[in-house]
Amino acid sequence: MTVLSISDLKVDIHGNTVLHDIDLTLDPGRILGIVGESGSGKSMTALSVMQLLPSGSNWSGSIRVAGADLSIMGEPALCRMRGRDVGMIFQEPMTALNPVRTIGDQVAETVRIHTGASRREAFSIAREMLNRVGLPEDRFPLDRFPHDLSGGQRQRVVIAQAIALRPKLLIADEPTTALDVTTQAQILDLLKQLVREEDMGLMLITHDLAVVAGLADSIAIMKDGAVVEAGATREIFRAMRHPYTRALFTASAHVPDRGRKPESGKIPVLAVENVVRDYQQPRRNLFVKPPPFRAVDHVSFEISHGENVGLVGESGCGKSTLARSILALDGLQGGDIRLNGHVFSSAGDGPHPELRARMQVVFQDPYGSFNPRHQVRRLVTEPFHLVKNPPRGAELERRIDRALTEVGLSSSDADKYIHEFSGGQRQRIAIARALIIEPALIVLDEAVSALDVSIRAQILDLLAGLSERLDLSYLFISHDLSVVRAITDRVLVMKDGRIVEQGETETVFRNPQHPYTQKLVAATPSLEAALAAPAD
Amino acid sequence: MTAYLLRRLLSLSLSLVAASLVIFLVMEVVPGDPASFMMGLNADPQAVAALRSQLGLDEPLPLRYIGWVAGLLQGDFGISYTYRVPVSELIAERVVISLPLTLYALALSTLIAFPAGILAASRRNSAADLTVMGATQLGVAIPNFWFAMILVLIFAVNLRWFSAGGFPGWEAGFWPAIKALTLPAIALALPQASILARVMRSSLIDTLNEDFMRTARAKGLSRGQALWRHALRNALIPVLTIIGLQFSFLLAGGIIIENVFYLPGLGRLAFQAITQRDLIVVRSVVILLVFAVIVVTFLVDLAYAAADPRLRRRRS
Repeated sequence: MTVLSISDLKVDIHGNTVLHDIDLTLDPGRILGIVGESGSGKSMTALSVMQLLPSGSNWSGSIRVAGADLSIMGEPALCRMRGRDVGMIFQEPMTALNPVRTIGDQVAETVRIHTGASRREAFSIAREMLNRVGLPEDRFPLDRFPHDLSGGQRQRVVIAQAIALRPKLLIADEPTTALDVTTQAQILDLLKQLVREEDMGLMLITHDLAVVAGLADSIAIMKDGAVVEAGATREIFRAMRHPYTRALFTASAHVPDRGRKPESGKIPVLAVENVVRDYQQPRRNLFVKPPPFRAVDHVSFEISHGENVGLVGESGCGKSTLARSILALDGLQGGDIRLNGHVFSSAGDGPHPELRARMQVVFQDPYGSFNPRHQVRRLVTEPFHLVKNPPRGAELERRIDRALTEVGLSSSDADKYIHEFSGGQRQRIAIARALIIEPALIVLDEAVSALDVSIRAQILDLLAGLSERLDLSYLFISHDLSVVRAITDRVLVMKDGRIVEQGETETVFRNPQHPYTQKLVAATPSLEAALAAPAD
Repeated sequence: MTAYLLRRLLSLSLSLVAASLVIFLVMEVVPGDPASFMMGLNADPQAVAALRSQLGLDEPLPLRYIGWVAGLLQGDFGISYTYRVPVSELIAERVVISLPLTLYALALSTLIAFPAGILAASRRNSAADLTVMGATQLGVAIPNFWFAMILVLIFAVNLRWFSAGGFPGWEAGFWPAIKALTLPAIALALPQASILARVMRSSLIDTLNEDFMRTARAKGLSRGQALWRHALRNALIPVLTIIGLQFSFLLAGGIIIENVFYLPGLGRLAFQAITQRDLIVVRSVVILLVFAVIVVTFLVDLAYAAADPRLRRRRS
């Protein structure tokens, strides 16, 4: 019997249609991947199955979970269904667990509310489930709190509470998006194993084609609230009938054209020498100063003119701290940073504003890095505060106009506010803000990580073009190895505050030398590899 | 947990030492010599000098500080300059009114605020929510002395359920004493309950929007179950903070209400002592209030740790 069948589902919220013409089926022991960009209705589809739609929603059509028709079930019956017949895993493991209750308590709760099991029985089931998801008793006793656990471990707890009653259907909404690649690989393996062993149906929602390509038996591609193409995974990828499927595929594997090779031999744009960054740890004892935590440990590297250098590593490896140190947002405890041969900052000494203008930054969150009450004109001219004689009048207008045109916007956009733009356009404005002062180097800290694949492809093209035309160098920081591979000439691999490997990007990715790099490369889901693999 | 407790205790004692030092020094720089004030305008300088030495005012500063603190530790607050009785007695007879009144008002405030806040948050934008929000807006806006007088008019003058003021003393029995404190407690509790209800509501609404509430619903908990089991404890931290602040405020800040109801409380004692330059009483009342605030802060810290395990975390 199918564990999930959706036909002709339509959802509207306050009269706006958010989902229409959704038809999906899922059999036990199978994995259905739902792929689409943000706003395509993936999560809304999951919430329809859970019947946890936001208030003001109406739905029509038919949803059957293990044969039961949701349209005729009242709220008490739905409560009995949730957690028992359908389990759900969410994107953000850091916030998905109640911080004030123990992990054992939270897993046992699923058991207790549905079965009337005693406390002792529920806790013994919780123990069994935590062991099952790879959290053994000796290291993860039931009385641990979520804050004692890492993101991957918390996601395992969320999985344990979702599968505690062996539901027939498991819904995972971007379960690994917030996790590092190696953790992602482990969680995906765990999900795959659970599906096969428990004969559950798994609905796996993701924006990442490479994740589903290696995992899902069938795929549904969503766009603007509708399923545009659905079928067996290999079939979909081989045929790519729908233009959107093709576009999504092309965007995911996009590598921008970069003709010119960086010039070497001249003075490097950026020279980082023996940089050390220590953090003061919180005091436990009033009279004993705790030893500092060394987040960046004697790091040295150079970036040449027009060169794009990638910096990769897992969360907590020190890459963002290094970026902050390079930008002189934090002071150094050792070493120095040189820009075009001049000392930019060194231990105990910050940079001169005029020098600071030669280095700009673009952050991950395109909305959070702008003041929402300022017009774009004012936002992009912010870096002019750094120079003594900022351009005025017609010259200023010309510079604004040029910066906006460079990033593919028009000069009329200067009078708009940031909320009037889409995520991709906002990131273009962030790049315009960095460009306007004609820097030599731009630090891109996860600059494309929050963007959908098609937008990401456009921004990568834009960055590649700018680098070539304006002789710009980039320090490109990302946890996403495929993006770094697409845009950089050279890559640095960082672990525990040290650079463990560096070299030409292609060489490092093709033939990683350090065990850590090997592990990272192996854990990264690859679209081509998944499609080339023989069917199992 | 023990380490957390010890750390809090240590910081508590240090705050007390610092506070006593500040209070002592401030009292020293306040103009007005108690001895000459007590002797009147036409006093003989020799008599004033004699009184100064009798009061110990001519000793060096550090010695007087140590003497004062040593006395405090034994419960000896000194002798009031104006009443010529031990300050500890004066304070004791006021504390037995002010402290129960504060606790009474705080209990009322919590009993009103919790259900109102929870109701408003769980039915956001409903008629119940609008009513609670409107009522609490009014409660914050109404001056409590005016509200106190309205209470007196209705319940004492017209209905004659309560007396209009005064305090019979605890020796008159528990219930008559409580009855005398009821109207003042209500008058004190109203604005506090309004603030607390609003804090409870907004804190709970924030918590209800957290990701883990969605997880709880996905497990099969009903809206109500999810609220009681997962939201409430998480929403409590800001509420506890406000309760702690309200306690300190009510203990000393009841002076207007004490005046309306002719209650001989701590606030009135402090007020009288200030007007009469009875600095030793002022100093004692202030150190007592500081002590109360610090102890309440400590209790609130303990309550935080009970509510949120992250605060008990052993830092590694």
